[in-house]
Amino acid sequence: MPLALLKYGLRNDYPATSHFSESADLKDHYDVVIIGAGGHGAAIAYYLARYHGISNIALLDKGYLGGGNTARNTAVIRSNYLTEEGVRFYRESVQLFRGLSNELGYNIMMEDRGQLTLAHSDAAIRSFRWRAEVNRRLGVRSELIDRQSIRELVPNLRVTDDSRFPILAGLWHADGATARHDAVVWGYARGACQRGVELHQLTEVQSVEVTDGAVKSVLTNRGRVGCGCVVQAVAGMSSVVARLAGIRLPIHTFPLQAMVTQPYKPVLTPLVSSPHLHVYVQQTSRGEFVLGGGSDPYALYNTRSTLEQKESLASAILELFPFLSQAKVLRQWAGITDMTPDYSPIMGLSSVKNYYLDAGWGTWGFKATPICGKTMASLVATGRVPELIRPFELERFYRFEQVNEAGATAASH
Amino acid sequence: MSQVNRLPAPQGSLVDRAQTVSFEFEGQCVEGFAGDTIASALAASDLWLLSRSFKYHRPRGVLTMAGQDANTLVQLSGEPNCLADRTPISEGLQVTGQNYSGSLRRDRGSLIGRFARFLPVGFYYHAFFRPRGAWNWWSAWFRKKAGLGVVDQSFVGEGFDKQYRFCDVVVIGGGPVGMSAAITAATSGAEVLLLEEHTVLGGSLNYARAGIDANAEKLRRKRLVSEVEAAPSITVMTSATATGWYADNWVSVLCGKRLHKLRARKVVLCSGYLEQLALFHNNDLPGVMMGSAAQRLIKLYGVQPGKRAVVLAGNDEAYGVVLDLLDAGVAVAAVVDCRAEVSSDERVTAASHRGVAVMSGHAVYAAHGDHQHLASVEVRRIVGQGECASHGERINCDLLCVSVGVMPAYQLACQAGAELNYEEQSASFSITRLPPNFELGEAWDVENFPWPIFAHPQGKEFVDFDEDLQIADIVNATLAGYKHVQLVKRYSTCGMGPSQGRHSALPTARLVAQATGTTIAETGVTTARPPFAPETLGHCAGRSFYPALRTNIHHRHIEAGAQMLQAGAWYRPAYYGDDPERAIREEVLQVRQSVGLIDVSTLGGIEVRGPDAAEFLNRVYTFAYMKQAPGTVRYALMTNEAGVVIDDGVVCRLGPQHFYVTATTGGVEAVFRKMLQWNAQWRLDVVLMNVTSAYAGVNIVGPASRAVLEPLCTGFDVDKTAFPYLGVRRGIVAGIPAMLLRVGFVGELGYEIHVPQHCGEALWDALMDAGESAGIRPVGIEAQRLLRLEKGHVIVGQDTDAMSNPMELQMQWAIARKKDFFVGGRSLEVLERRPLRRMLVGFCANPAGSVPKESHLIIDGDNMIGRVTSCAWSPSLEKIIGLAYVDPASAAPGSVISIDVDGRRTVSAEVVSMPFYDADGLRQAL
Repeated sequence: MPLALLKYGLRNDYPATSHFSESADLKDHYDVVIIGAGGHGAAIAYYLARYHGISNIALLDKGYLGGGNTARNTAVIRSNYLTEEGVRFYRESVQLFRGLSNELGYNIMMEDRGQLTLAHSDAAIRSFRWRAEVNRRLGVRSELIDRQSIRELVPNLRVTDDSRFPILAGLWHADGATARHDAVVWGYARGACQRGVELHQLTEVQSVEVTDGAVKSVLTNRGRVGCGCVVQAVAGMSSVVARLAGIRLPIHTFPLQAMVTQPYKPVLTPLVSSPHLHVYVQQTSRGEFVLGGGSDPYALYNTRSTLEQKESLASAILELFPFLSQAKVLRQWAGITDMTPDYSPIMGLSSVKNYYLDAGWGTWGFKATPICGKTMASLVATGRVPELIRPFELERFYRFEQVNEAGATAASH
Repeated sequence: MSQVNRLPAPQGSLVDRAQTVSFEFEGQCVEGFAGDTIASALAASDLWLLSRSFKYHRPRGVLTMAGQDANTLVQLSGEPNCLADRTPISEGLQVTGQNYSGSLRRDRGSLIGRFARFLPVGFYYHAFFRPRGAWNWWSAWFRKKAGLGVVDQSFVGEGFDKQYRFCDVVVIGGGPVGMSAAITAATSGAEVLLLEEHTVLGGSLNYARAGIDANAEKLRRKRLVSEVEAAPSITVMTSATATGWYADNWVSVLCGKRLHKLRARKVVLCSGYLEQLALFHNNDLPGVMMGSAAQRLIKLYGVQPGKRAVVLAGNDEAYGVVLDLLDAGVAVAAVVDCRAEVSSDERVTAASHRGVAVMSGHAVYAAHGDHQHLASVEVRRIVGQGECASHGERINCDLLCVSVGVMPAYQLACQAGAELNYEEQSASFSITRLPPNFELGEAWDVENFPWPIFAHPQGKEFVDFDEDLQIADIVNATLAGYKHVQLVKRYSTCGMGPSQGRHSALPTARLVAQATGTTIAETGVTTARPPFAPETLGHCAGRSFYPALRTNIHHRHIEAGAQMLQAGAWYRPAYYGDDPERAIREEVLQVRQSVGLIDVSTLGGIEVRGPDAAEFLNRVYTFAYMKQAPGTVRYALMTNEAGVVIDDGVVCRLGPQHFYVTATTGGVEAVFRKMLQWNAQWRLDVVLMNVTSAYAGVNIVGPASRAVLEPLCTGFDVDKTAFPYLGVRRGIVAGIPAMLLRVGFVGELGYEIHVPQHCGEALWDALMDAGESAGIRPVGIEAQRLLRLEKGHVIVGQDTDAMSNPMELQMQWAIARKKDFFVGGRSLEVLERRPLRRMLVGFCANPAGSVPKESHLIIDGDNMIGRVTSCAWSPSLEKIIGLAYVDPASAAPGSVISIDVDGRRTVSAEVVSMPFYDADGLRQAL
């Protein structure tokens, strides 16, 4: 039995120290105000406090810690993207994830399951080969595999000719993984708070005050807070919050739904995804099957569930795993995703001085949490844009220099 | 042992004693009656142990008898996690418990319960990861312990389907409130659908006892049911569960294997209450159950729930339970009433009169078991909120009925946007802020005891049975900083199990409020999400519905030995024969040397008509169409707002206000949607029609095509002057009205013939017959791809990607310069002023080398400077040709590029000018 649990068990009182700061009131001024206490915001706070010596930070959230897309995503970690910029960025993220439990002293329960993306058409095979080739050259484990290898990896997958969309090949990404999404934000927030960062939940930023082109303070439901700089990390609400600072983002916001079944004894190890059928599945460490798919077809700031999406996810998954028709849906939910035209994030400087953007995370935000925290913290601390995120600056849309990940995102989270 | 607990009629309204049914539980043969559920039949035979809990593998038995808890999840063959108190027994049914190692009775997994003190809430976040890498081992171990039932991986779900339904009013819940609401609505003239999740109408009238008269409910039920049945505008569905509410009263209803999708003008929710737990040491022992569960066992199934009972009371309903137990021959050792003073309800008085000892101001402090069943309870005086005296008395009993309070079945209402409000006065949550067209039935009040929570030094007072969470787990989660009720849920997993917090939400709200110094109203409960009751994925999917499109000529391809491939929803012939290489080579040469037939029915077709038709096309395509002469064809290239190429085709002008536009097979749906979207903004006077599947099309192509076609044509001339290249004509071909296009995709003389889709096969046959002497043969898509590659034509989607603009494709010629506006025009202007980042070029490689594949990378040292988009060995040119993106520095003809083939070898290739074949385009213009 691990020592940590022995210690717990042998003392009579539960160690009653809170993982997070319990400060009651907001201060008048912080060096850094981070809007959004999700995975990204907490990670930025953590890296600032731990590696840049900046701890006079307010980490604000209108709801509760990690209650947005950090809580709602399906916890897929991967780096098999298409563009060089994307692959380099997510490759670093996977690396950081691998050491994150020990970095934070908080078990994020990362499991290297591998991810299998299925091709049902020639076009998909071409696109997968492209990704595999780019990935291989950048040291990311991706390979185009044939049907026999697919059968060996996932024996209960229906790989037959008589199905409506026969599986022709697959993109096997051995670096694909999953982790406990909540643990990531909690671990970061705890590490940040241990170093002096203040977490303020139920604290909504209602306006951003800009003077002479620079941000000076934010007004919250709990009063005005002066600040040296602001980082916005609010995912689904990105365009709304940016507008408070007078910044227009090329973002359309769509709901993204997912659902989970009751727990069953494990029968599926890798994460399996079919972009063509708009479905992906993994069996969690609790034994539940988590199913997700593409974003809803129309823009909306709402986390309602729809029956249509549930029907479509169920139909699609049964094409791949017919036996799952006996599995029972436990819960269905949604997040709202801030989609950019090129399916890559918007990170870095904005037109407002000292106002930093961490937005456009669409359906790929969770997997970028550590590297985003690290690079954004470096930007905030030094004022210099790290090379890794330079391609993702907002300006790219005005220069026609998109980083197009359309081929590597749709329903293959 | 057989049915030792069975009571005589009239108890057991649902069972038919004339029909015995035997089934197997854990390998043991058990008898029950028709109408029994698995749980009731087992209880009748004194079998109370049903399952093992998720974490500590604690023995669990009947809790609600209403299908609302996870205690009764059992395994059937082909159906894991099946509710034993909901599933009817059938002859030969095989049932086992779940989540044990060894046997259900002797589960080795239960050892873990002894280590509970070492496993505080969220323990896994704080251990198992040191040293680095340790988690890999631990996670594998944990994974073996995960899950409840076993899915049968050979299972094939069958018979699931769906039905749409509509009604004025849907009443959810067929109890007294629901029946009354349905009658009221029907009286006012509405078409009413009345849903009841159990097998019969009546709800609580079937089991509860509101007064001393044991027959009152029966009579009331009879009256209401007959009124419902007499109302012609009420449709009743029993065994039908409303599982979810979606926008605009779109309600999912599960009944048997069918998912009913119901749109209702108004929803009236009459789903009543869910009885709630009391928290004390070992409150999960089999033998401890809700008072209503005992009543259901007695009255619905005729099963005596125990021999000697204690009733834990927090309201007067408990005394209805007492009377029912007495009537069923159960000795009631004591009523332990948490309230300081007992009320004057007639049921209370009647219970006293029947000699039942009432201990007011007392609580059950602990339950004790023997052989995995309740054997006694420890009763202590309550001395403060949640506090008991230090000593008490022990009462032997094998049944403890808990009636301390209820929670409204709020889930559907909250899915619809309603909110919960906690009233301290009544110590209960109520539903408020209902959305429009959503009402609640008028339910009667049930008293809640405000604090039926009694912590024990040894814990095991379970808040959440699904997840084995005890009081300390909830409190400790808040102490660790997870104070918001949503964080408590996430950190502790409270409410995440199969019963979705039905019984844990209320005590959790109370405990969190107390621990964090907030009110219960502020604390609230976690979000209600669909589904309310489990839905199988089979239900959600219904019958598989992925339509497949086959052209009218499909069967001729099959007869000719075609290998079919899928293009969007269409099936198209890839090539004809068994040997792809040979077939494709022969088909290519056939077209180059003689004549071939290609089925082009799948090609997208859009009709554009109206005074603004030419203007409309001018805006959506990059080319110019205002001055296009009727009877001619022009190329059409479509870009999006960012100047990226998204589709191509041709525009045929059939008249001054009439165009026929083609689009790619895979792109036409999106193109048509885009056109509709744009014109919704522009309001041009045009009519758009997607006629893709209205026409079949055949491309007869090759130098001999004119000779084959000519004898079949009437009403027009096919010779070069009368019908030149890039012309369009209408006439009769083989007796079929047709539209003919002369286009040059594959680079040979050819005629694309479009006919009404049902005539496709007749046209195909006529052309095959007419071409027999010329050696005509069908040609597949693969050959067509190769033919166009030889001509250097791009395929949008293959040679373009999400960033390709016309300049990169060297297709500036397709951009009209004098137009005021077209979609993407402004972006193209900007892009043209910027240096190109890459260019699509043609290349040739040594035919002796390995053939690069599409998507292989062009490399320059360690740098990736491009990629191959098309590549093949060309039968016409007898060398390897291809298209590739390269950086502009390497784009000039004569440049040498290196292609990385599968990371194993590098192939060098030379950039050449295009097209590879018939550079002057003479052959297509013959």
